[in-house]
Amino acid sequence: MNTAELICPAGTPAALRTAVDAGADAVYCGFQDATNARNFPGLNFTPEELRESVAYAHAKGAKVLLTLNTYPPAGKVDLWRQAADTGARLGIDAFIVADMGVADYVARSHRGIRLHLSVQAAASSPEAIRYYCEHFGVKRVVLPRILTIPEIREVRKEVPCEIETFIFGNHGLMVEGRCSLTNYLTGQSTNMDGVCSPASDVEYTRHDDGSISSQLAGFTIDCFGPDEKAGYPTICKGRYTAPHRSEGYYAFEEPVSLNLSRLLPELIDAGVNAFKIEGRQRSKSYVREVVSAFRHAVDDIRAGRSANVADLVALTEGQKQTQGAFETKKWR
Amino acid sequence: MATVTMDMNVDTISRAHRSGQTALSRLACLLIQPLLSRVVRRIADRHPSLFARLGPHQSTDFLIDPVELPFALHLRPDPKALVLRAVPRAAAPQAGAIIRGRFMLLLELIDSQVDGDAAFFSRHLEVSGDAEAVVRLRNALDDVDGSVAEETAEMFGPPGRSVLTALRRAYPNQSQGHSVR
Amino acid sequence: MAVREMTKLTLGPIAYHWSAETRRDFYARIADEAPVDEVYLGEVICSKRAPFHEPDLSTTIERLERAGKTVILSSLAEVMLKRERKAMEMLCATDGLEIEINNAAGLFARGRRPHRLGPFMNVYNEATIAWMAGQGATHVCLPGEMPATAISVAAQAARDLGLGVEVQVFGRASLAVSARCYHARAHGRTKDNCGFVCEKDPDGMPLRTADDRPILRVNGIQTQSESYVDLLPETERLVADGVTHLRLMPQAVNMAAVASAFRAALDGRLALSDAEASLRDLCGGTSFSNGFYHGRAGYRRIASAATA
Repeated sequence: MNTAELICPAGTPAALRTAVDAGADAVYCGFQDATNARNFPGLNFTPEELRESVAYAHAKGAKVLLTLNTYPPAGKVDLWRQAADTGARLGIDAFIVADMGVADYVARSHRGIRLHLSVQAAASSPEAIRYYCEHFGVKRVVLPRILTIPEIREVRKEVPCEIETFIFGNHGLMVEGRCSLTNYLTGQSTNMDGVCSPASDVEYTRHDDGSISSQLAGFTIDCFGPDEKAGYPTICKGRYTAPHRSEGYYAFEEPVSLNLSRLLPELIDAGVNAFKIEGRQRSKSYVREVVSAFRHAVDDIRAGRSANVADLVALTEGQKQTQGAFETKKWR
Repeated sequence: MATVTMDMNVDTISRAHRSGQTALSRLACLLIQPLLSRVVRRIADRHPSLFARLGPHQSTDFLIDPVELPFALHLRPDPKALVLRAVPRAAAPQAGAIIRGRFMLLLELIDSQVDGDAAFFSRHLEVSGDAEAVVRLRNALDDVDGSVAEETAEMFGPPGRSVLTALRRAYPNQSQGHSVR
Repeated sequence: MAVREMTKLTLGPIAYHWSAETRRDFYARIADEAPVDEVYLGEVICSKRAPFHEPDLSTTIERLERAGKTVILSSLAEVMLKRERKAMEMLCATDGLEIEINNAAGLFARGRRPHRLGPFMNVYNEATIAWMAGQGATHVCLPGEMPATAISVAAQAARDLGLGVEVQVFGRASLAVSARCYHARAHGRTKDNCGFVCEKDPDGMPLRTADDRPILRVNGIQTQSESYVDLLPETERLVADGVTHLRLMPQAVNMAAVASAFRAALDGRLALSDAEASLRDLCGGTSFSNGFYHGRAGYRRIASAATA
């Protein structure tokens, strides 16, 4: 049986050490700039922090994957190239890229380092994946969260690289790398700036009845009643009205997180090589708890025991979890 | 390096006289202030990298509001003029960002024993004002290794440790964030 | 204004599920009345819709070509299911007509044979343009969210490599695509049993915020802007920066007249302010935006010195 690696998020050096100590096979992280898709305030690594973090991870047998998974706008490509060069110099184990120009540069300039294709590239068919494998030598693709397990099994058979799937965390609704909703309201781009609902544009207002409304750039995204669980103020998890839905409804998705803990054996059986936990923007408490839970689960499965994943619902958005597209085509 | 504002300003004190409750709160503030001052200086000295993550929000005024305590905390994490002081709610300064929740939850958040997003999703944590300031403070504190609460307790030796233990015992399951313990 | 006269106007692929009859009438009118040079045909958004208009495709092509228009076939933006992979493979086998590829699956199928790159291909920079040019790309439509500064650098790079450069100057911006159908969801259905409810909204289904501000349009799996992008005031700078093709996206308005306003302004036959006023009249109450171009929030309308 193939042994799935556990790929864990790290937004700070402390989170990285927490993930490694909790049993991550690899951690993924980025620099403090637009070169990665979690360019959030106060998050991410300086080159010096990354150097120390790589040493820490390697000493404990874990790999460090560098996210370079945004799309450089014309005229700014050098920032991405320099980030790649810095990462290579600091001894990272793989690059996670989305842009073809960046992929081409890394493939030519840092031949010895593995290239992973980010979910931001949205490669959802064997043909798309093979394009990246053949031209850039991609060794692993992170699949979009839109395929059912039988579909993943089919993809796996037709591609010459490893596949990685998300198993827990934020449940992106839009095709990754093809969403400019944030830019439409805030002027900051998910693809070019690495932001999604930037905190600088978020405002929460408490009303007298105890409800709280969340606003992005002055647009009301949602209003949570006094007893309602809350979610992130992202446009794709907002509540809107439509001509025949005057009551207001979650037009795209309600606040909910992905949790595939019950599907791990099936995913391994379908040929998934690596499991990704989302959440570089989360605390090290989240990292500790989620990584530990899935470490035990994967170890149980490897040892032929039935996996018993701890309850993680308290960490989920809206305190609700879903198996999304992985479970059924009806999700679409 | 870090200097700490220890005294409450005149305006605060005069407003504090307005009610008996405020007077009580003022007394509590006076009692707790020396402790706060030592705590914040100690943390700043031991974890200087914290300030880099705060970026432009080193000069933001945060109001940390433990809902069941008789006072709130005013924090301005400016390494050149660090402020952490207890203030009666009625006399709280105009804050750039407000973080509100039960005391134990806030303590556990500072120590990364609970996840801030989860506490927000569950509605046990409320934030208002400048959301970026809150995110930066959270990320800065999250990169601090170890427990601020325990470091604080250590500063006061065995009595400090027993106070913390008593506190934790007094708040069983009350934090209502998601404790990993 | 010789340079501007060389600038081509194109009509992008219809994003909505217009009925076969509506499409026939639409393209007949485009052929007869619209001063566009090139027309993109094909279903880009939802593979389930394609069978409704494929039977008319060859007639439409012939009709448009007879009117002197160049026809380009556009691919799907999302390729995941067997029928979508098959559709992409067939499109990429096309000879005789140019094709526009919107998904990397098409790049794989097309190999080094000539092709255009659509706005969903995420060609954001000169490095990617250089890579794509080496793989047979002849033309690139830049992503709608790119600001002027980046467009200028990208256009220059593309021109240096002999590629055509296209930017959308009219119509709703595509803001996101998904595997889930939001039209179906709004009607309590799923994508597989959608009943083609999207046909009821020829200009997209409007979403308003809780405080009743119009914000987005749903078009099946696609999310669009509520506002129409209008870069008419910016065309002079676009052209000066090296953009060769200006794309008008079909909306449920008089598109022949929209094209005429753009053409007249480009040719200097109509003052910009008059052309802009004419566009305003044609588009009813729909708001116009150009924020992306100016590096601001996309929905915004930034006053331009050129309108004066």
